[in-house]
Amino acid sequence: MRPFDYMRAEDLQAATEAKGNGATVIAGGTNLLDLMKLEVMAPERLVDITRLDLHNTERTSGGGLRIGALVTNSDLAANPDVRRNWPVLSRALLAGATGQLRNKATTGGNLLQRTRCYYFYDTAMPCNKREPGSGCHARTGFNRIHAILGASDKCIATHPSDMAVAMRALDAEVEVQGSGGTRRMGLDALYRLPGDTPHIETSLAEGEIITAVILPPPPTAATQVYRKVRDRSSYAFALVSVAAVVAMDGARIREARLAFGGLGPMPWRDGEVERALEGQEPSDALFDCASDILLRDAQGQGSNDFKIPLARRTLKAVLREVTRTEAPA
Amino acid sequence: MNKHLKMDAPQKRVLDETAQGTLGRPLDRPEGPLKVSGRAAYSAEYQLPNMATGVLVRATITHGRMTSLNDEAVRGMPGILGVFTGERFLRNPAQGGAGKAPVQGASEVAYLGQPVALVVAETFEQARHAAQQLRPTFAGEPADTHPEHAAQVDRPDKKQLDQGDVDGAMQAAAASVDVVYTTPPHSSAPMEPHASVAEWQGDRLILRGSYQMLKYNKKELADAIGVAPENVRILSPYVGGGFGSKLGIAPEAVSAALAARELGRPVRVVMSRQQVFEGTMRRSETRQRLRLAVDADGVLTALEHDARVSNLPGESFSEPVQQATHFLYRGENRRHENEIARVHRTCAGSVRAPGEAVGMLALEAAMDELAEAAGIDPIELRKRNIPDTHPENGIPYSARSLAECLDEGARRFGWGQRDLRPGQRREGEWLIGIGVAAAARPNILSDSRARVTLREDATALVETDMTDIGTGTYSVLSQLAAEMLGLPVESVEVRLGDTDLPPAAGSGGSWGASSSGSSVFLACRGIRETLARRIGCGAEALTLQDGVATGGNRRETLRDLLAEGSIEVEGHIEPGETAKEVSQASYGAHFVEVAVSAVTGEVRVRRMLGVFAAGRILNEKTARSQCHGGMIWGIGSALTEEIAHDPRDGHIVNRDLAEYHIPVNMDVPDLDVTFLEERDDHASPIQSKGIGELGISGAGAAVINAIYNACGVRVRDYPATPDKIIAQLAE
Ligand SMILES: Cc1cc2nc3c(=O)[nH]c(=O)nc-3n(C[C@H](O)[C@H](O)[C@H](O)COP(=O)(O)OP(=O)(O)OC[C@H]3O[C@@H](n4cnc5c(N)ncnc54)[C@H](O)[C@@H]3O)c2cc1C
Repeated sequence: MRPFDYMRAEDLQAATEAKGNGATVIAGGTNLLDLMKLEVMAPERLVDITRLDLHNTERTSGGGLRIGALVTNSDLAANPDVRRNWPVLSRALLAGATGQLRNKATTGGNLLQRTRCYYFYDTAMPCNKREPGSGCHARTGFNRIHAILGASDKCIATHPSDMAVAMRALDAEVEVQGSGGTRRMGLDALYRLPGDTPHIETSLAEGEIITAVILPPPPTAATQVYRKVRDRSSYAFALVSVAAVVAMDGARIREARLAFGGLGPMPWRDGEVERALEGQEPSDALFDCASDILLRDAQGQGSNDFKIPLARRTLKAVLREVTRTEAPA
Repeated sequence: MNKHLKMDAPQKRVLDETAQGTLGRPLDRPEGPLKVSGRAAYSAEYQLPNMATGVLVRATITHGRMTSLNDEAVRGMPGILGVFTGERFLRNPAQGGAGKAPVQGASEVAYLGQPVALVVAETFEQARHAAQQLRPTFAGEPADTHPEHAAQVDRPDKKQLDQGDVDGAMQAAAASVDVVYTTPPHSSAPMEPHASVAEWQGDRLILRGSYQMLKYNKKELADAIGVAPENVRILSPYVGGGFGSKLGIAPEAVSAALAARELGRPVRVVMSRQQVFEGTMRRSETRQRLRLAVDADGVLTALEHDARVSNLPGESFSEPVQQATHFLYRGENRRHENEIARVHRTCAGSVRAPGEAVGMLALEAAMDELAEAAGIDPIELRKRNIPDTHPENGIPYSARSLAECLDEGARRFGWGQRDLRPGQRREGEWLIGIGVAAAARPNILSDSRARVTLREDATALVETDMTDIGTGTYSVLSQLAAEMLGLPVESVEVRLGDTDLPPAAGSGGSWGASSSGSSVFLACRGIRETLARRIGCGAEALTLQDGVATGGNRRETLRDLLAEGSIEVEGHIEPGETAKEVSQASYGAHFVEVAVSAVTGEVRVRRMLGVFAAGRILNEKTARSQCHGGMIWGIGSALTEEIAHDPRDGHIVNRDLAEYHIPVNMDVPDLDVTFLEERDDHASPIQSKGIGELGISGAGAAVINAIYNACGVRVRDYPATPDKIIAQLAE
């Protein structure tokens, strides 16, 4: 760990100013400190935002939910309103990390946690994300946990969050504050695909800090499911995860919102998959068709080839569950 | 006084006659409260005045030479006291029982991740940062890193066996299997990383280190740094797990000792988790071929078990894959072909149950396949193939309760309800199945000494350089002394882990409790003889209980008998003829129920039972804990654990506990462990046998066999991660 300056921000303005001047934000520290110890990240200055007033979860006037950026993963998962009305979020949070980590991890930090790519973590190895231009060692290496969607030849890392997958399915927006004021954007706009610049992971400007996540009002009459497939039953990142928010209209699917973890560089969502389902009567053939669309551009890298069939199987099982469709005998 | 016994003949069951009644009871560990309250100091926790901290630096090439340390910039960094390297630095960690320095010399690089230098600073943070900034330069040479593509493959004569005509027996078989199993490399992943604090007192080195076999470690360390063994003292009173990785001296101890001598200050070196993965022993991957044939009666006629394992060029250790295969089952025609591929990967050495842990993964799964091929129940098949005498050398067996373990387990587990056909039980998307496997681990008695003093106040002191690596040595030695001396267990104090004390067997190969326990037993027998003389009866007629001695119509308190002076005896056990005259092993049977998701291929172990017989059980609780631990390792090797080596440079890719998946609590159901009553008179004078590695032997195979019974998928490439199940499981 390289020696660093530390400052505690007393108000939001001080925090955004410090970040604008090159400081790195520290919230729960569960990801950042690990990376600093390994010198994967070596910031010169930290700005601690944990004293800012961003710890509340409250309903918005429009009936949605405003989650402060510093609300811990444990508190958010246990929030009665979340458990009742956005259970997919609670489930996703509880599927992540461990109780100890969730007690420290924050909503903002969870969204911005870095990839778990082995080569990103090892400073002796080339990595375009850590050291732009050095190359991607994962593509031709061991890549069991890597992306099958949205990757580039410069980077095949995944975004590891569970929480963000549920939020993406719930159409959450992040509220960010910079010197220029406040703006809101969806997660699709927050995250960037790696392309040629995998080290640029988000569209946050220099001085911008995430202040909240805003959920729209709870989906009505929808079934919400989070399913995570992993190598052991707890304390492992998703090989594949699916967050589903699906409402029926009689025998037909009225609305389907589906997001995926473990597959891509960001919590993945594909509008075409949802449109293929909406208005249709659930059936295994339909679910196959939805899976075909999801995976039409999927590309395995060797050790992660299995994610393609695994994603199909998991998606189909989740769709059966939320539409109460029997598996074919 | 000295009491020596060479184990040349079966021994009387003295401990069945003693009166205290403490031995075998499931007593809590005496040091438990210290451990759970943080007062048991582990090596890294020692704070010495003026102590500096060192952090190791790794090679970033696979094979070649370090051309320059390139340390000018780093030497000027704040707090830096020195950058150390050199020809005495360990290149490989020492193998268990080496007793001399392993390969040394940091300028040559044999694997990526090899420690090549130590940066020492005033604080840990300064040392770590400088270590990360140090970029030695290297000249690389080509290197084989994959055991299947290695140019050099050794086939040592003494590791081959060819008896009878296996090919003929295969052809004539009523049923047979010919299958290849593979197992990945494993990490011992002890909770406590390797850590040493080195302090020189004049010419004498005091090393507080986390080690398993101190009498060897002392010689290894002395040899490595070039001093006489008398000038090295190692203190290792508490060890937070070792599992083989702390059998031999490791790089942190040697570098700490060298730096401390150079700087004239104590130096502490703690390996990071990543360094433990890269710089201490791994278990070799294996490729195993099993050819098994039975006749019409289901009796094995051929048993071939071949293996390819790997290690660094020049290393003597190779995973003894057939260790249980030698004696477990019949089969007149037998063959073992062993190949050792020379690769530039982290050194391979002993990891808990070297041999059985992976050999039985293959053997016991292949037996399950054979049972199906032959149409015989897997338990019945195993029982029909328990040999009368050792199938390779004809010697008889000592106590062996394999059949009883299988039967008792079958009864308790409800084996009778198992459907022979796979895939018959379903609960929603979950397919349910059960499986069985045998457990076997040879018993080893190892030279061991202990001093026992019965003091005037009728308390006893046990002293030996034996270690307690979490196994319960403090407990069992207290109980043995209390039992033999007729004392409440609280009146016995046990001092361990100090090379100034009588040298013991150390902790490894499951021999610790029986070997060091036998030395304590012998010392106590000597004390009993003196007490008998003092009271005026023969030693046989003496009864000791609760501090009171009875004998020859007299009854005296121990305090009174000790008024004329305390009694001190050193006990010494030495292995002898019984090790060669009979085949000694602990046995058991594993029963597992799993649920396999038909959707994702995820496997959950729902029930697991182990029935074991290992001679006399010295403390039922610590013995049970050993079995629990072993069974959990079995779950890990069946389902989750795998070191991934980079296909290009061989380095360990998943070198932390987030990505090297040992089982978590949720992976482990309530484990049921039962011990069968047994005494093994050939094993030791206390009739006990090894138990530390028995629980892992075969456990993973029972999981794999249960998976097959659940869903019809036979995974032959461990571990059975979801990808391997769904590859064979229809949607
Ligand atoms: C062993 C392990 C296992 C884990 N398993 C899982 C898992 O299964 N699933 C899962 O989803 N997660 C898992 N995690 C990750 C965990 O969820 C994250 O570490 C945690 O959510 C990060 O939150 P934090 O507040 O500690 O972030 P920090 O470590 O404080 O910050 C993370 C990043 O976000 C930035 N940041 C933080 N807050 C803000 C803000 N308000 N505005 C702008 N930038 C900000 C920081 O600068 C930093 O770059 C695991 C972590 C570990 C260590």
